[in-house]
Amino acid sequence: MAGATTLQLGGDHAARFESRQATRETPLVKWTILGISLLFFAIFLLMPLLAVFVEALRKGWGTYAIALTDPDALSAVKLTLLAAVIAVPLNLVFGVAAAWAIAKFEFRGKHFLITLIDLPFSVSPVIAGLIYVLVFGAQGWFGPWLSEHDIRIIFAVPGIVLATVFVTFPFVVRELIPLMEAQGKEEEEAAVVLGANGWQVFWHVTLPNIKWGLMYGVILTNARAMGEFGAVSVVSGHIRGQTNTLPLHVEILYNEYQFSAAFAVASLLALLALVTLVIKSWVEHRAALAYRDSQDTVS
Amino acid sequence: MSSARTFRVLPGFNLTLGYTLAYLSLIILVPLAAVFLKTASLSFEQFWAIVTAERVVASYKLSFGASLLAAAINAVFGLMLAWVLVRYSFPGKKLIDALVDLPFALPTAVAGIALTALYARNGWLGQYLEPLGIQVAFKPLGVLVALVFIGLPFVVRTVQPILEDLDTELEEAAASLGAQRWQIFRHVILPILLPALLTGFALAFARAVGEYGSVIFIAGNLPMVSEITPLMIITKLEQYDYTGATAIASVMLVFSFTLLLIINGLQAWTAKRTGRDR
Repeated sequence: MAGATTLQLGGDHAARFESRQATRETPLVKWTILGISLLFFAIFLLMPLLAVFVEALRKGWGTYAIALTDPDALSAVKLTLLAAVIAVPLNLVFGVAAAWAIAKFEFRGKHFLITLIDLPFSVSPVIAGLIYVLVFGAQGWFGPWLSEHDIRIIFAVPGIVLATVFVTFPFVVRELIPLMEAQGKEEEEAAVVLGANGWQVFWHVTLPNIKWGLMYGVILTNARAMGEFGAVSVVSGHIRGQTNTLPLHVEILYNEYQFSAAFAVASLLALLALVTLVIKSWVEHRAALAYRDSQDTVS
Repeated sequence: MSSARTFRVLPGFNLTLGYTLAYLSLIILVPLAAVFLKTASLSFEQFWAIVTAERVVASYKLSFGASLLAAAINAVFGLMLAWVLVRYSFPGKKLIDALVDLPFALPTAVAGIALTALYARNGWLGQYLEPLGIQVAFKPLGVLVALVFIGLPFVVRTVQPILEDLDTELEEAAASLGAQRWQIFRHVILPILLPALLTGFALAFARAVGEYGSVIFIAGNLPMVSEITPLMIITKLEQYDYTGATAIASVMLVFSFTLLLIINGLQAWTAKRTGRDR
């Protein structure tokens, strides 16, 4: 299910196809396809991105700065960072552990386990929030016990963290499984035979081989963790200055018709998305270089 | 591949698998089970009345219809975009390639308000569409636009690697046998791409059905007209109707599980057809 987001070592193939008569289209066909594709790209991807920044600055830098330094906005930034700082390491540790078990060992029910891990990708974010309300909410399974002990999970920070963990659950592990499977286990087995313990094997043999995939997974996890809206919206309770993340703050401002402020906060998230894409491209580039090096040493 | 009986040289199997199962159960499986347990507290008549209520059925029609259409649009234009990115060289290609992933990286709420601004009556696109009698924002068409945005990278990123792996020999052989360019595409390339294209379509569809953030701003959310199913769940929750929300959620979950199994099957087919191990 995660297929669409895994690290690909593309490289440029155009020269290969453009240099041969049989794999070329006539210029008319080529430019028509190119034109339609680029127009589609411009309308559906580029314009929404530009619109965020144009709308954010519509009333000038003054309004922009005020929107971003508003105490509610600042507390939303803090909560968003907090949720990501907890959710990303949790899913990182899980991702490495699960990928180790799945890629390095054979056991029954492996494919079923992978399907279960993929579940959060296919579940609506709204349902991701709802399930924690059913478990921890006032009328939920643990609701009475939690209120007796004065612990708040729903409409409080723990609920937001839980929902964030749910929606970002498969990113790291799905990135690592194909990588670790492709790597095989000969190198690790050799290290064990030479007397390395499990931790040393992982740290000195496995990790250097998977580091780019790991980074890729972490970047994707982080982007989703900071940007999640639906799941967090269900469990947050929308208490300003307390349980509002950045995306929720955007919604509140927008619904109050403070459009410039809403887009100002949104532009912060759009910048985060752009930074994510830049780091992602850089990781792809480095991974491709590392792959080519390893191929050279082999041949 | 070694059988399960071989002696395990590598350490950590019990620890990592145990941790995986425990974490998976705590975060995902047990909470998801709550949906079905809660739904099971309803009698069948009650359940049926909730999930087939007029307003809810209207939301299924919109959610599933718009998602199917959006996935189909993405299959066509996503294939074209992947084709262009693999086969042609043109200025700015690297930038465009990187930006294709924007819908993965851009928070859905941001996409939602940006699309609404574009297609509103005075927006960059809305001002030209309005005189033509095409209203996008606050109409079902707006839902479609948001779902196209959200699903595009799924198709591009599943088709692109398969296109990159294609050997030039196949097409050269077909051409030397006298096939026209279109015939080569239709009879040689498309059959190879088909499993990946269907996978991308299914991924985009699955994502679109559950999508919430990017849709609610542009949809207008009129009962019976432009309410998506995830919004129905939210609406019921806001009225403290937890059983109602859960019943609708269970319908969506069963659908998602089915789709997930279909996608797994499609991916296995892609791997078999192309020899790629993914």
